[in-house]
Amino acid sequence: MTQTEMVNVYLYTRYERFWHWLQTTLIVLLLMTGFEINGLFRLFGFKLATEIHEYAGLSWLIAFAFFVFWLFTTGEWRQYIPTTRKMLTVIRYYTYGIFRGEAHPVPKRKDAKHNPLQRLVYLSLAAILLPIQMITGFLYWGYNSWPDWGLNWLSLEVVASIHLAGAFGVLSFLIVHLYMITTGHTLFAHTRAMITGWEQVAEGTPIDDWERKDRGKSAECS
Amino acid sequence: MNAWSVCGRWLAGAALAAVFFSSVPGWAQIKVLDENQAPGRAMAQQATKGREIWITADHSLHPILKKEFKSGPEVTESCLSCHELAAGQFQKTIHWTWLDPNVDPKLRVGKGGLSMNNFCINIQSNEPRCTSCHAGYGWKDKTFDFSNAHSVDCLACHEQTGTYHKFPTGAGNPVSEPTVFKEDGKTYMPPEWNKVAQSVGRPTRQNCGTCHFFGGGGDGVKHGDMDSSLMKPNKELDVHMGTDGQNFDCVRCHTTRVHHIAGRIYSTPAAKGRKSLIEDDLTPKIMCESCHSRTPHKPGVKANAHTDKVACQSCHISTYARVNPTTMWWDWSKAGQMKEGKPYKELDEFGKPGYDTKKGEFKWARNVVPEYYWFNGSLTTLTARDTIDPSGVVAVGWPNGDKNDANARIFPFKVHRGRQPYDKVNKTLVIPRLFGKEGTGAYWADYDWDKSAAAGMAYAGLPFSGELGFVDSTYVFPITHMVAPKDKAVQCQECHSKNGRLRNLGGFYMPGRDVNKPIQVMGWILVLGSLAGVFFHGLGRMVARGKKED
Repeated sequence: MTQTEMVNVYLYTRYERFWHWLQTTLIVLLLMTGFEINGLFRLFGFKLATEIHEYAGLSWLIAFAFFVFWLFTTGEWRQYIPTTRKMLTVIRYYTYGIFRGEAHPVPKRKDAKHNPLQRLVYLSLAAILLPIQMITGFLYWGYNSWPDWGLNWLSLEVVASIHLAGAFGVLSFLIVHLYMITTGHTLFAHTRAMITGWEQVAEGTPIDDWERKDRGKSAECS
Repeated sequence: MNAWSVCGRWLAGAALAAVFFSSVPGWAQIKVLDENQAPGRAMAQQATKGREIWITADHSLHPILKKEFKSGPEVTESCLSCHELAAGQFQKTIHWTWLDPNVDPKLRVGKGGLSMNNFCINIQSNEPRCTSCHAGYGWKDKTFDFSNAHSVDCLACHEQTGTYHKFPTGAGNPVSEPTVFKEDGKTYMPPEWNKVAQSVGRPTRQNCGTCHFFGGGGDGVKHGDMDSSLMKPNKELDVHMGTDGQNFDCVRCHTTRVHHIAGRIYSTPAAKGRKSLIEDDLTPKIMCESCHSRTPHKPGVKANAHTDKVACQSCHISTYARVNPTTMWWDWSKAGQMKEGKPYKELDEFGKPGYDTKKGEFKWARNVVPEYYWFNGSLTTLTARDTIDPSGVVAVGWPNGDKNDANARIFPFKVHRGRQPYDKVNKTLVIPRLFGKEGTGAYWADYDWDKSAAAGMAYAGLPFSGELGFVDSTYVFPITHMVAPKDKAVQCQECHSKNGRLRNLGGFYMPGRDVNKPIQVMGWILVLGSLAGVFFHGLGRMVARGKKED
């Protein structure tokens, strides 16, 4: 393996890290209590599990609203714009290059934190899967108000089943995500970055213009 | 320091002080009502604490009750000399007619008519035994005059000495000389008429319980949630009736208007509107909601959102027959076995008859977990005229209501199972003649089912083919007494789980119990696939790195 000089880049702001770990906590809690409610195991007991699930879900809903607000006021939403550029290169890297010790084709930069694959996955997560979970979860939570909301036609089984399907999706994401954080240049590099905010990247890695969140603007402004 | 900041600090301090003092009781000198307390609780406490006697008559001083009585009807006559409307009122009630008042009388629905159960089945031809619990004198056969005011038994419900006993086979009459009841060897004494007549007052648990706790011919035989343990229960057994608690009498909830006592009457719910006494202070005080409101739990507690679908009883009566055992199974087909040519009884582990030649085989149980059904407050019972399908289990009585019925709730029931005689040709349940003298066809004298069925059905005016069989049957009782203290309520998990209390109640999705199988299977395939994927990817990386280091 060729030795590359690593430099520290401050990649994740305090809020991003806070949001990440808050979301982690909530997701883990929601998955655990959700599967307990579904009868998979007994840990908290149905009543406590339901209460935790409801509080965590509602907290997430509120926190997510702040996140969306933050995303648009800071312009960070651009980090999630999907792209096909370099997508095949990234896929090739994970299916082939990684086994040969190649460097990641899209190194992290302050203005391009996510590679094309991550953009696609995170966008699907934040824009589709999580909203589905939140909407079905909120409906589930408000079951007794359905008549007042004019939702009598809804079926609890359908709402619950979509919610459960979504939960499996989130669990599957979590598994792959946990594994992917080991694919940095060291096993814990990505974990460290998400705790301290500093990611180590190879020095002198070129960054394409499209990878910058504020393309068109001068880099000094960021 | 400018004036504003001084002013600001002062205001802040005052506000803080206000918050502090108002949070300390006594300091604020204002008694704040506990908003978390159910309004009915407050009302009940108000009503029971420092209760004062409001009675304005002492019956022992009434001259008319001092005269010498020789029989019940004479006492009744005296009662009616002041309470002249009482008999007329009473004779319109179900305690007198034993018929469903809201069904065409020709259909004879009710225990005084052709309604069946799987205990002693029907009273037709068995009146002297069954009507000992009738609040009347002398209903020994079809000739009983239901319009005779003097036949009303005021004492059964109103006497307060506790010494007034009707003879078990006396058709509602007490004995006129000391008589031994062979069944239990107990000696029944003639009432001291003046004493009992002068003692009358508002009905107590003793009055109601004397019949209602012993339905079916013995303590706890029928209901399971009503037996002699409710004569003097503690709070643990019944949080409302507990003598160490609120000490409610039956009539505290079973309120009465002109002798009509609030309660479920066959196909008629106990109360139609689920109203609290705050909404309507004339509403019969029979529903839990009457006192506890529709949202009796603390604000935000999920149980409040259950009250539209789940009856209070479902969670607050976790088991019934908690002190005395109750019968769960009665197999008439096993009756008639003799020991050395004689009828016999065998006691079970509860000291209750497990076998009785007269009645067959019994199973008793204590601390029974109820079965749950949708229930709108009314029951349907088969009559001896209804045809049955003997190939399966015959529901002799069943709860009305389903999940789409706005008035129906999931409700706990005792289901009494048994085997009882039926007519194989006509496919109807059979009314056997059980009680009577030898040679009359009475089963308890002749031990011959064919004769018994022929006699009973002929008496009831119904056809009998002569082909007798036995059929499995069920009969339900709503469980509504023996409400346990709130810390003994059924926990969420007991229903919200795969094999919970509601496992057999289908037709709706319930979290924790139900799960969409295909979604579940596909979900686990996805999760296991993800795990396998990352496992092999990681393995690949390890192998590749190992090779490079070589």
